[in-house]
Amino acid sequence: MTDPSPAELPPEGLPGLDARWSRLVAARDADGVRRTWHVLDTHAGDGRGTPALTVLCVHGNPTWSYLWRAVLAKAPHDVRVVAVDQLDMGYSERTATVRRLADRIDDLAAVVEALGIAGPVVTVAHDWGGPISLGWVLAHRAQVVGVVLLNTAVHQPADSASPALIRLARSGPLLRANSVQTPAFVRATTALSGPGMPRSVAAAFAAPYRGAGRREAIGAFVADIPFEPGHPSAAALDQIADGIRSLDLPALLLWGPGDPVFADRYLHDLIDRLPQADVHRYEGARHLVSEDAPALVDDLWTWIADQRAASWRLADVAGIGGTAGSGQASPDVPIWAGLSRRSAETPGAMALVEPYDGGWRRVTWSLLARQADLLAAGLAARGIRRGDRVAVLIPPGADLVAVVYACWRIGASVVVTDAGLGVRGIHRALRGAWPRHVIGIPKGLALVRATRLPGARIAVRELPAIARLGQVRPMPAPPGRQDEAVVVFTSGSTGPAKGVVYRHGQLQRTRDLLAAHYALDDSDALVAAFAPWAVLGPALGISSVIPDMDVSSPRTLTASALAEAVQAVHGTVMWASPAAITSVLGSAGDLTPQQRASFGSLRLVLGAGAPVKPALLHGMRSLCPQADVRTPYGMTEALPVCDVSVGEIDQAGPGDGVLVGRPLPGVDVRISAVDDAGRADGPLTDEAGLLGEVVVRGPHIKDRYERLWATQRASARDSGWHRTGDLGHLDVEGRLWIGGRLAHVVTTADGPLAPVGVEQRVERLPGVRHAACVGVGPAGTQVPVVFAVMDGVRSGLAGLEVTERVREAAGVPVAAVLALDRLPVDIRHNSKVDRALLALVAGAVLAGHQGRSGRANGTPA
Amino acid sequence: MKVLVTGGRGLLGSAVVRELVQRGRDVTVLQRHPSGAVGVREVLGDVADPAAVARAVAGCTAVVHLAAHVSMVGPWEEFERVNVHGTATVLAAARAAGVDRFVQVSSPSVAHVGEPLVGALAQPADPAGARGNYARSKAMAELLALGADQPGFAVTAIRPHLVWGPGDEQLVGRIAERARAGRLVLVGRGTALIDTLYVDNAAEALAHALDRCHLPDVHGQAFVVTNGEPRTVAEVFGRIAAAAGAAPPTRRVPFRLARAAGAGLDLAWERTGRTDLPPLTAFLAEQLGTAHWFDQRPARAALAWRPSVGLDEGFARLADWFAAG
Repeated sequence: MTDPSPAELPPEGLPGLDARWSRLVAARDADGVRRTWHVLDTHAGDGRGTPALTVLCVHGNPTWSYLWRAVLAKAPHDVRVVAVDQLDMGYSERTATVRRLADRIDDLAAVVEALGIAGPVVTVAHDWGGPISLGWVLAHRAQVVGVVLLNTAVHQPADSASPALIRLARSGPLLRANSVQTPAFVRATTALSGPGMPRSVAAAFAAPYRGAGRREAIGAFVADIPFEPGHPSAAALDQIADGIRSLDLPALLLWGPGDPVFADRYLHDLIDRLPQADVHRYEGARHLVSEDAPALVDDLWTWIADQRAASWRLADVAGIGGTAGSGQASPDVPIWAGLSRRSAETPGAMALVEPYDGGWRRVTWSLLARQADLLAAGLAARGIRRGDRVAVLIPPGADLVAVVYACWRIGASVVVTDAGLGVRGIHRALRGAWPRHVIGIPKGLALVRATRLPGARIAVRELPAIARLGQVRPMPAPPGRQDEAVVVFTSGSTGPAKGVVYRHGQLQRTRDLLAAHYALDDSDALVAAFAPWAVLGPALGISSVIPDMDVSSPRTLTASALAEAVQAVHGTVMWASPAAITSVLGSAGDLTPQQRASFGSLRLVLGAGAPVKPALLHGMRSLCPQADVRTPYGMTEALPVCDVSVGEIDQAGPGDGVLVGRPLPGVDVRISAVDDAGRADGPLTDEAGLLGEVVVRGPHIKDRYERLWATQRASARDSGWHRTGDLGHLDVEGRLWIGGRLAHVVTTADGPLAPVGVEQRVERLPGVRHAACVGVGPAGTQVPVVFAVMDGVRSGLAGLEVTERVREAAGVPVAAVLALDRLPVDIRHNSKVDRALLALVAGAVLAGHQGRSGRANGTPA
Repeated sequence: MKVLVTGGRGLLGSAVVRELVQRGRDVTVLQRHPSGAVGVREVLGDVADPAAVARAVAGCTAVVHLAAHVSMVGPWEEFERVNVHGTATVLAAARAAGVDRFVQVSSPSVAHVGEPLVGALAQPADPAGARGNYARSKAMAELLALGADQPGFAVTAIRPHLVWGPGDEQLVGRIAERARAGRLVLVGRGTALIDTLYVDNAAEALAHALDRCHLPDVHGQAFVVTNGEPRTVAEVFGRIAAAAGAAPPTRRVPFRLARAAGAGLDLAWERTGRTDLPPLTAFLAEQLGTAHWFDQRPARAALAWRPSVGLDEGFARLADWFAAG
């Protein structure tokens, strides 16, 4: 131990730190010794009066109150923010004592008292500040109105392999060598932030820890982490871990999933203890999540404001956004009711037909229903309970369908990832949804192994044994409509894929909307050319067929394979993605007359999954002359929303965007006008012609986004409505036209411009294969720029003649036309143009030389 | 309104005089050589000559100060004498004569330090950062003018960007001449977006500035005015060349080479004291190689003005003018 030294003020000029916040506070510590603390305090020594609320921030190891500078900077006037440097840390006193967890909790209480914090308090803590803050909370419950935790833990499972880094740092001599004698631990912690941390900020984090003496507590802190039951702090930590289970307080968990120390398992443990907590995982952020995720501090203040507005009432845990309640009027008909009914009424009829060994495997209704029931009981016997999440990594087919309905039957929630997300995307998605069980084919399980998810793995080859087990085990009670049914993922074409949660009630309404609108009955048979839709067949009570194709790649579907599938079940309804339709039309020349004739049984063809170009719909109409060719509009969060036939599209003629039709009965569509800055914060309106974000409401929209509290709040900020992120307008007939994504709106000085209308007009020019319109320049004064793929035009700035031709067709003052060989598209649907990337390219190219600093001073908004 | 226009002879000056006369203003012009303008009082003299300026401004209530020494080369003293001292002289004489509105014609180059300007707002004039003698002297002049803004003497600075039109010998004349000789080259790939301003629009913007420079949010401010239709350098060059009946540029000089060559020529001209125009300057290389286009919302709102001649119409008029010889 080195000599004690008093508290001091931080040096001036640390980035983001206001010197007026710093103050020294004296109080008696846990042992009754007078100590001095350095604290940051927005109300340091001024006469701002009694605050309505105090936010108490507790840092971890080895940071200091500097971690909270942005929280102080953004504090509302009537909120006091206090961030304490713990003793032996930051600029607080070096005590030359060993301070255990219990001591640190008492220390915090002492300094809070000395600061005269008497009113309501929200605690915000990071790292090992988490247990300390929670220890204080448990001793001051009456005063606390909310708790916020960032990357922390309150419990070390004995079998836990992590936090390996901390264990390593603690192992004997390495502890002193690493954390005390060298600044390596301090530096390593700032390195646990993403690569973006400016050097000056990293230096500010390290500033109070120059010299081994000043770092002594870092080592002591690390040594005080109780990994083993006999540890002096183990009892205190266990008390906290158990105590918070009874905290009926609003809680917010903000998480950097890239943290090698506090990995997602600790988040899961906290959710288990604080089930009421709102959770937001900042994909890509690491241990110093508040440094890595710039939105975090704003989100924190938004959450606190929400809690204040709700007068600190306990958050409605059951239903966020009011959508769960809107389905109450409908009867609770289980999602598997169609399967049960067909099994009872037409047991020998075909429920599912799938390609198998060069021919077809035909699964009857009774077999499918029986298999699902046996698996349900068997899976329950294997420990899958109501409310558990089960990741299912099985390709579309009978196994998948049986497992999904088995899970639904016992109230387990199915986590569905599709191959289009890519290995990295599936990895991220599973870590985000944190399933308790995984059922998969060998390839799927191998993928999961890499994610280090806990919980049971079940291989597909075990399913027969599980079904046998189900013969002798009881069937658990069925779930209700409030139970979670499924977690699906957005395409991720605009940032990391988001998990979308549906409850049984919302799935039931999706099923009912589809059945009613498309008049589906027992005589129908679904051709699932987009294979995952085969799962919905049993819910709808109609048989389905999966064509012979690589189900993970719609482009592998040939016209002949599709015809064989239609023939196999005498298909009446087909669901296909634009990529599949493109491929089918491209190979239609290979059809035999008999195959071609088989398309005659189709009465309804639905093209969906991404915007379907009229040419594709026309192609399908000539291939399936008896069919009503339609395209539903919807999204992962709400499907379907609108619907339009190819005939209506033709009749409407060209317009500003893609006509997606009228809302389905029971579904409402409104527009939220987009402003100069490209934000859609206007009131919801059905005014014709107004360009803005498309906002939808219906009994079938998503329950919420998973562990994305801030995203969910923004998407559902009009209670009961879902913000789609799509850009569009309603016409005088109440039909919806989509003009692209809100994020891609071009904000010109003459108002916002939707890219799709421009693109359609340019694409009508002869020789233009594909076009994309993006904005260049600061929001509100952008100019439109068109990228075009043109026959015989080399990549680069288009010549004068082409430029003028494109500009005239576009009908807007296009600043420049850039030719490309092909446009970048997303991998999942192979059709959504990556306009954000193109906007960056256009911005760089059209800025010309980048000047001395190498950066343009205006970037695309 | 009795208006003094200094420097009423050039492309923009003569357009402003025409515009003001058309609006029924009583116009006096001050310049060194007879302009031959119709319907105006003409005073011959130098803007840096207090006696001549006092004579010209007598009886006027408004001034459009346009006279300037415009060149890419030459010794600092001449820029300082005309642009800095001349502006100070006109400001002093105007105040003495009871003028209450003063429009300083400035240049976007007063705030351009070589970085790309992408949808940029008008930044404060920066003599220290401005590139070259012209920009530096105009930056000092604008600071003098806006510094003189006070109750009863409203000053607004208007920065027209790359004014062109029929009769223009600077931009249009040089491009047409080089294009015809097959010597027109693009710096870099010609992809930088630049704003330009058709001369009639510039004249209207200045007339509006005169009408509104006493308003709050207008006086004491500088506004960049452009057509609000940024185009690539390649397109601007190509369309001017086309209007002149010449082929568009196909040759390119890499940006760094162009800037280095420009800097070398700058030095050579400075050492030898040449006053003719070099084929390239470092400033010009930067201007042609980097984006510079502007947010037009502040100017349009403050001046209640929008360009009445779009680029397409402007190029058509330019072609007619070339065709008429």
